[in-house]
Amino acid sequence: MTTAAPEPKGNMGQPVPRYDAVAKVTGRATYASDTPLANPAYAFLVTSAIAKGRIDGFDLADARRVRGVIEIFTHENAPKLKESKLFSNGGYASTTIQPLKSADIAHDGQIIAVVVADSYEAAREAAYRVKVNYAAAMPAATFDSPGATAAAAKGQNGQFKEDPRVGDFARAFDEAEVKLTAAYETPTQHHNPMELFATSCAWTGDDLVIYEPSQYVHGLKNGVAGQLGIDADKVRVVNPYVGGAFGSKGSMTPRTAIIAGIARRLNRPVKLVPTRDQGFTIATYRAETRHEIQLGASRDGRLLALRHEGMEVSSRPDPYCVGGTKTTTRLYACANVDSLVSIVRADRNTPGFMRSPPEVPYLFALESAMDELAVKLAMDPIELRRINDTANEPIDGKPYTSRSLMACFDAGARAFGWSQRSPAPGSMSDGDWLVGYGCAATCYPTQMAPAAARVRLQRDGRTRVEIAGHEIGNGAYTVIAQAAAERLGVPLEKVTVHIGDSDLPPAPVAGGSNSTASTCSAVMMVCDKVRQRLFRALLPNEGLADRAKETVGIGQTPATQAARSGQPLDRDKAFEALGADVVEDYGEWKPDGAPLDSFHAMHQGQMRMVGGDKMKGAIAYAFGAEFVEVRVNRFTHEIRAPRLVGAFAAGRIMNPRTARSQLMGGLIWGMSSALLESTEIDARTARYVNDNFADYLVPVNADVTDVKVIMLPEQDHRINPAGVKGLGELANVGTNAAVCNALYHATGQRIRKLPARLENIEI
Amino acid sequence: MRSFSYQKATDPGAALRALNAAATDSRPLTEAAAQPLAGGTTLLDLMKLDVMRPASIVNITPLARTWSAVDAGVDGLRLGALAKMSDVAAHPEVQRSYPVVADSLKLAASPQLRNMATLGGNVLQRTRCSYFRDVSYANCNKRNPGSGCAAMDGVNRMHAVLGTSNQCIATYPGDFAQALIALDAMVEITGASGTRSMPFAQLHKAPGNSPQIETSLQPGELISAFTVSGRWPRSLYLKVRDRQSYEFALSSAAVALDVQDGVISDARVALGGVATVPWRAREAEALLKGRRFDDGLAQRVAEAAFADATGRRHNGFKIALGRRVVARALQQAVTMEI
Repeated sequence: MTTAAPEPKGNMGQPVPRYDAVAKVTGRATYASDTPLANPAYAFLVTSAIAKGRIDGFDLADARRVRGVIEIFTHENAPKLKESKLFSNGGYASTTIQPLKSADIAHDGQIIAVVVADSYEAAREAAYRVKVNYAAAMPAATFDSPGATAAAAKGQNGQFKEDPRVGDFARAFDEAEVKLTAAYETPTQHHNPMELFATSCAWTGDDLVIYEPSQYVHGLKNGVAGQLGIDADKVRVVNPYVGGAFGSKGSMTPRTAIIAGIARRLNRPVKLVPTRDQGFTIATYRAETRHEIQLGASRDGRLLALRHEGMEVSSRPDPYCVGGTKTTTRLYACANVDSLVSIVRADRNTPGFMRSPPEVPYLFALESAMDELAVKLAMDPIELRRINDTANEPIDGKPYTSRSLMACFDAGARAFGWSQRSPAPGSMSDGDWLVGYGCAATCYPTQMAPAAARVRLQRDGRTRVEIAGHEIGNGAYTVIAQAAAERLGVPLEKVTVHIGDSDLPPAPVAGGSNSTASTCSAVMMVCDKVRQRLFRALLPNEGLADRAKETVGIGQTPATQAARSGQPLDRDKAFEALGADVVEDYGEWKPDGAPLDSFHAMHQGQMRMVGGDKMKGAIAYAFGAEFVEVRVNRFTHEIRAPRLVGAFAAGRIMNPRTARSQLMGGLIWGMSSALLESTEIDARTARYVNDNFADYLVPVNADVTDVKVIMLPEQDHRINPAGVKGLGELANVGTNAAVCNALYHATGQRIRKLPARLENIEI
Repeated sequence: MRSFSYQKATDPGAALRALNAAATDSRPLTEAAAQPLAGGTTLLDLMKLDVMRPASIVNITPLARTWSAVDAGVDGLRLGALAKMSDVAAHPEVQRSYPVVADSLKLAASPQLRNMATLGGNVLQRTRCSYFRDVSYANCNKRNPGSGCAAMDGVNRMHAVLGTSNQCIATYPGDFAQALIALDAMVEITGASGTRSMPFAQLHKAPGNSPQIETSLQPGELISAFTVSGRWPRSLYLKVRDRQSYEFALSSAAVALDVQDGVISDARVALGGVATVPWRAREAEALLKGRRFDDGLAQRVAEAAFADATGRRHNGFKIALGRRVVARALQQAVTMEI
């Protein structure tokens, strides 16, 4: 076993290499814009240079003169599209701002024209020659901008139903012996997946095929069909590989229906590859947030009062919010809790999911505040968390299905060498560098959604699994193949997996870290159906009475029992008994607590995601503990984070290799979100300024010298048949707080606004 | 990117003829209809961004046959303008006798870029000002003289605090130029009428009232070489940035000292990341000469280097940072083992 392929511990699968590894490293993996099209036209977007106002007119003469230009679409001649509701209000769209509909401009970088030409180069040159006359109005950029308006999230966002509270916060805080009130801020951030927001649309008669990186092919299919006013059966979305997504490709953005409409108008396939900077405004982002945390505690460290107020920015028309108080109010034992989430509307594009949307900003606030409280109590920050560890969440009193938070802290602390930390700030150094150790908790809700799968097993063991899951770098192909191989008892190399195509049985969005839990649960269920048919053939003496019981759901036949147990199947004998060479089955799986309309919604590309704090009678989260060593140069104040350690427990680990890779990437991103990443907004114009990879900083190899991932064995039978909690979004949570807690330890200076940069260090 | 014509020049004469043929008007050099292409690491970016719109490109890479030599002898250093950054950074004699040159190249960009980029192109790289590089901002005196400066009251954390004017605060982004200006390098320029040589310090022009004019090069001229006299083994380049690699300086210092019996007999201090042009801190140098080094002196020198600095909303920190960088670079240079 190598570092990259950790030896499996209890309840972990084998660290098999990625199913798609060779295809990816040899360039054979086909991404959306790699897909060959017959005689395509090329689209290039023109985006607005103002954030608010109207288009007074275009001068297209110069652009039209470019050889190869076919047509230039503006609001005056673009195909008409139907409106789409926001995904959180029963629709599919990432935004309700529909470009090319009118002369109005609602945000910076809004699509205002699409140039289509015979070549990419001609389309681009013509786009550069489009002249636009604007009637600009004064935009509101962000918090505190004149014209920005604030209101409580509850009542405007369909997915934010309640501000969690319990007990009497005001009195408990008032009476607490030790009090902390602190404000925190996180910046705007953009996903910047390597693969751009490409889309290609090709019609054959009334049938449309869309090649586009999507985290939710069934959602996109239904959403685009709705906008085009056609039957969803006429639309197919294909994307066997997605080159990074991180939430940005989860819901439908306006570009797709526009390009599909243009392709229909031109009767020719149209291919769009937007630029990196256009990606900042034609898709979504993580909005900036502000927080106020109040903690009241007893001298011995028990939390008595906790209040978390969060403010988030969204666009004018859309009430997007992440509302992370659902997590931060439930993480620790505390009898008196209050919270409030507000949305501030500004002249911006609508934000959206970005890896661990609620937890990254909200746990930065809470886990920084816990560290501040530990300092006030002169207590080790791990001990403060141990004192307030709880088996039941405090708001509704529901038990965590499993919770290994302190086990993670202990394992992480050992691996990191936490005991070597001398607690006084500024007390550790190495040559020119002040050294700081910090830690923080991470957690992420265990979520699941209905999924369907088709499994076909041949007598020779060859197995074909079909499910419209998504390979976004998460290892979906690999773990789905492992799930099927394990249940069917066939060698892994005999399993082929087909995902990333809306013609396959529907699976939910590859988001909310639900993908492995949902797809593997569905695949395992269908594998059991296949096994059941084979066991039935093997057990011909099974009584009719047993069958009758099974059909009315009050008993289990021996075949069912055998299918659901780990009992090995003598495949040859079973196929012999069955008198066939192939068994195929299809099934639809839904998690406990999924609403009655789940399967209907699933086929319409609408998710009914359950889990986390929304389970009945329980609450399900994955947990972890993260440790960071920072170094601050005493002369130049440069900040580096050379060492990251994370210990995680997330139920069954399907594949320690792909899981480690996910967790390692998360730790690095978490560090990045603390020290580097920030989309700068020009306050006067409400425009993103550093909208490129040169100015939007992410870590380079030299910044990441030592990352250690520890996976703790954990079993949880309550969550789903696969026993999987999901960990894609677990590791980049809390890292930002751990970095700032380490900075405090190194320098004695508390950084409450991200990113932490050298100019914020005053020593 | 807009369409352009392309030709490859096989010798200097052909390159100069091609560039001259298009150099018929009084536009600034960066706006000239014909642009030379070497490594392409700046020019092609700016063309894709629509910031530069040359009608023709003259590929001068074949000139590397004669213009890429690195000669390090007892009396000085000669660097051909078409030498690759990576080759010069790895040159043993450059590393030994001119560490400030090797460091400044090694700490710039990424290995891929250093393998492509040439020295001549490197010193002529244009500012990274976000407003300059995004043509959707109308206000840029460098791109559209007289249109105003969006950076002045915009997002200006990366911008300059020295050498600014009320027209432009864009930072000169390079590293190598600081080493050259510190070492009193000469730049050799070849044009239709022959080759001339001038102090490197005169190559770049501070923005003043005409930020669109960035250098004293004339249309149709090419940089052919850089020369440095003497050896500078006690020299270094200290670069401070947000991440460990592949990033422009927030503040940097090129320092070269000659220390005889504990007394500083000659001192050179140049600043990067903080000024509109490669910046020589001569007042600071004057304080060093003839003195014995101590931390107090380092502080006074650092103060002097930034005495005239002016910060804006987001970049004011660069003044304090720059002082710390100068002091630290001097401390390190004094204690260098040579």
